Amino acid sequence: MEALISIVLGTLTACGVYLILRFRTFPVVLGLTFLSYAANLFLLVMGRLTIGKPPVITEGVTDYADPLPQALVLTAIVIGFAMTAFVIMLSLKAYAALGNDHVDGKHKL
Amino acid sequence: MNLLLISLTPFIGAIFTAAISRLGRLHSAWAAVVVTSLALLLLLPLVPDVFAGQVLIQRFSWIPMAGLDVAFRLDGFALLFALLILGIGLLIVIYARYYLSERDDMGRFYAYLLLFMGSMLGIALSENIIQLLIFWEFTSLSSFLLISYWQHRQESRNGARMALAVTGAGGLALLGGFLLLGEIVGSYDLSVILASGDIIRADPLYRPMLILVLLGAFTKSAQFPFHFWLPNAMAAPTPVSAYLHSATMVKAGVFLLARLFPALSGTPEWFWLVSMTGLTTLLLAAYIALFKHDLKGLLAYSTISHLGLITLLFGIGTPLAAVAGVFHMINHAIFKASLFMAAGIIDHETGTRDMRRLSGLWMFMPYTASLAMVAAASMAGVPLFNGFLSKEMFFTETLLRTDEVWGWLLPAAATMAGIFAVAYSLRFVHNVFFNGMPVNLPKTPHEPPRWMKVPMEVLVALCLLVGIFPAITVEPILAVAAASVLQAPIPEHDLAIWHGFNPAVWMSMIALIGGALVYLNRRPLFRLHYQLISHLEFKKVYNYLLEQLFRFSVQVTKALNPNSLQRMVFVFIIFILVLGVSGFSGGEVLLTGHRELLPVDGVSLLVALVLMISAVGTVFLHKQRFVALILLGAVGLGISLIFIKFSAPDLALTQLSVEVVTIVLLLLALYFLPQHSPTESSKLRQYRDLMVALAVGGGVAVLAWAVLTRPYETIADYFLANSVTGGGGTNVVNVILVDFRGYDTLGEITVLALAGLGIYAMLDHLHLTGTSHDASGRFWDHDMHPVFMASFTRLLLPLALLVAIFILLRGHNLPGGGFIAGLITAVALIMQYLANGVTWTQSRLPANIHSIIGFGLLIAVSTGLASWLFDHPFLTSTFSHIHWPLVGEFELASAMAFDLGVYLVVVGATLLILINLGLVHSMTLLPKTKKHSRKWKH
Repeated sequence: MEALISIVLGTLTACGVYLILRFRTFPVVLGLTFLSYAANLFLLVMGRLTIGKPPVITEGVTDYADPLPQALVLTAIVIGFAMTAFVIMLSLKAYAALGNDHVDGKHKL
Repeated sequence: MNLLLISLTPFIGAIFTAAISRLGRLHSAWAAVVVTSLALLLLLPLVPDVFAGQVLIQRFSWIPMAGLDVAFRLDGFALLFALLILGIGLLIVIYARYYLSERDDMGRFYAYLLLFMGSMLGIALSENIIQLLIFWEFTSLSSFLLISYWQHRQESRNGARMALAVTGAGGLALLGGFLLLGEIVGSYDLSVILASGDIIRADPLYRPMLILVLLGAFTKSAQFPFHFWLPNAMAAPTPVSAYLHSATMVKAGVFLLARLFPALSGTPEWFWLVSMTGLTTLLLAAYIALFKHDLKGLLAYSTISHLGLITLLFGIGTPLAAVAGVFHMINHAIFKASLFMAAGIIDHETGTRDMRRLSGLWMFMPYTASLAMVAAASMAGVPLFNGFLSKEMFFTETLLRTDEVWGWLLPAAATMAGIFAVAYSLRFVHNVFFNGMPVNLPKTPHEPPRWMKVPMEVLVALCLLVGIFPAITVEPILAVAAASVLQAPIPEHDLAIWHGFNPAVWMSMIALIGGALVYLNRRPLFRLHYQLISHLEFKKVYNYLLEQLFRFSVQVTKALNPNSLQRMVFVFIIFILVLGVSGFSGGEVLLTGHRELLPVDGVSLLVALVLMISAVGTVFLHKQRFVALILLGAVGLGISLIFIKFSAPDLALTQLSVEVVTIVLLLLALYFLPQHSPTESSKLRQYRDLMVALAVGGGVAVLAWAVLTRPYETIADYFLANSVTGGGGTNVVNVILVDFRGYDTLGEITVLALAGLGIYAMLDHLHLTGTSHDASGRFWDHDMHPVFMASFTRLLLPLALLVAIFILLRGHNLPGGGFIAGLITAVALIMQYLANGVTWTQSRLPANIHSIIGFGLLIAVSTGLASWLFDHPFLTSTFSHIHWPLVGEFELASAMAFDLGVYLVVVGATLLILINLGLVHSMTLLPKTKKHSRKWKH
């Protein structure tokens, strides 16, 4: 399972990196979304993989998943959304102002 | 005794004055009069105590851990300065009321003036030197506002910027000096510093400290070579110049020299640095003043020269010289303020300040002329006027070292400066009021309004009273002020007009006669000056340095900024890659650890495969943006499933709802953007990027593998053990968010709120036109809001809201909480927008979205503040168990109120973002469809 998760993480990161190197704003936003998926997942698994032990205190249970990375990731997801929203609005604004959606603000031929 | 109140009165009054000016133009002038008088009235009851020799100190605890108090001090010298600041301030306020024209915004003027007055008072009354420095910087800032009052003029803006740059830089040096001083003495209190002169002078840090402090004082008091900002600050309205360059701003520097005199003076370093700077400034500025054609320019250089004189007196360092220095501060403030007022009246009445055009004004305004002549005589040091007395004391002090080899240099230079002072004073009087007829004046001059002259009359009367009866007018205040400057009994001195034929009298005589001769022979001197010397200007050096600085920073920016996001991102990624690889290489550590591995099950494998295929698919199809977006949604769902698998139900819920919102948002945005990305990168470029991406991806995978296969120690046990007992909730993730790390969460929702507001600002006035058809050329469906979907979502809304409330309430104990509930609510409402249209929904949503965000933050912050009421630190949470009938035992934690704040912010920010984009959307969509339908009919 650890190997599988590592491969998933690698794939997400590679996809994200490839996309943020593109020329147009929309793929770059998609790439950023990929990178935040990867970062969130990476943070979570730093608490190691635990199956079926959610950190909700229950009587008679002593073994729980690490709640700290989860708390970190929860806010990271929401902030990530705010960031994605901000970047996509910025690209809209740039598109309106510059007449094209090139990341450098100009058409390159 | 309330010194804090005295210093704060002008600051509070400034707000009041600015506000009241809306009621009428002149209201602010009256308000400023009231505020200044109020501060004076607060000060006056303390005068007897100070005259009795007391030092009044008022102290409030500020940062006790750093040994810092907010402390005010009123002794003789502080009192003298406060009286000058407020007294001359009051006169300036009255004068400016008549000076400013209809077009000038009086409220703004008086508000700035009062801010400045308060800052100066703060300097005069500070006991703590760090606090003094804060007020010092305030004077730099508020004088910037005053000098640039006529913002539409280029010269005002430049002059203000130059003054701020020079005095601000000096302020930084002063901060360094004060920190060193505090380090040496071990206290920032003036009382302690003044008493530890010997320790300070013996310290190895004395020299750097002295240089830094002097840099601060010299820049502020426009001493050579920093003097050039002062003439350029003449672009300010004349009342401002009259205030800043007589009793305040520039006096702050010499105030500091006098204040720290007992602590810093008495060393050769002090003598040479201070007296040479003072002497150079005195001579140079007196010389330049003679050749200025601008009336205010002449006064500006004369101000610099007189400040040089005061500096020189403190540099000489004898007790009597210090007394003379304090005395000259008073005299200069009085006569220079009235001279600036005269210049302002002349400018006001004639429309020019150019002395090549101004002459013969005596016949138009004899009364003003007489007042100005008295003040000018005082400036020149003519007997019977106040300037004479301090100048003669100054001459006497220069004679102290005549037994040394170069000892004659000082009295000679002083006499020389005296000659030029007489000459420029004579020019001011003769050139402007006599000397033939005026040339091409823009206006026909006449006497100014009655009350414009009153402030001048008061000051000129003071010149005469002090000049003729010094012993009964100025002596008492001078004695207490000088005693507190020296921190010792003042030396024997005699403020009389006539001391017999001593050398000082001869020096005065030479100055008077020499000055008259210089003025009479001015024509050849002017020619010589303009041929040889006038090109030397320090302003040019400053401008050259500034230009070089700008050029340098532009070059650095150019070198670092390739102006291409792509290239910067590429460099960034390569950098990370290099860091990562260098981290792995070296060291003989095995890649795989010893942790027991989990087996792979079929479902997990399937989910992972689907996720990876979708991810790779997104990349391959990224040019068809719509398809890529759908595939991205699939990846997001896969991530939620992974969260569920690995015991993170809260994360899965959050990811799921965020995914919905994100996809809707990106869909909305995509509507306005091109539907396809063109092929731009060459094959080579694509391979390069692919290689980089694979390398980074591989690196992350290897890193994850290395970490995941190793055992680790967690700090989570603390949270798990204390969640129920300390936080009152069983859902540890939620308890961490709203309780243990509540402060972090507060920061995070603030970021979210700001992002929402930022997006709102960006969308303001955004005009975009969407496409009329989809990617494959089909027109949009004519029926925008299908009835079936609309009615179904309306039915669904209460249910969805109920789920949200349920999730919110149970969040403390079971997966859920403010973040998730907020997102669910947002999704429920957005569904209404999508199904029923923006207009329909907007008209049915009562609340203003901005206020929801604000309200949420308010709740979160006040939950935190509430714990202060019970003497607990910010955001301490409490909980108790309540027994409700029917429901049974119910837990109520204060953190739940915090979670409610989180909930509201999330709902507000999410809605704000999506709805505003939706509004742009609907505005563009409506005309489009009409056009389209028209076409359809044809």
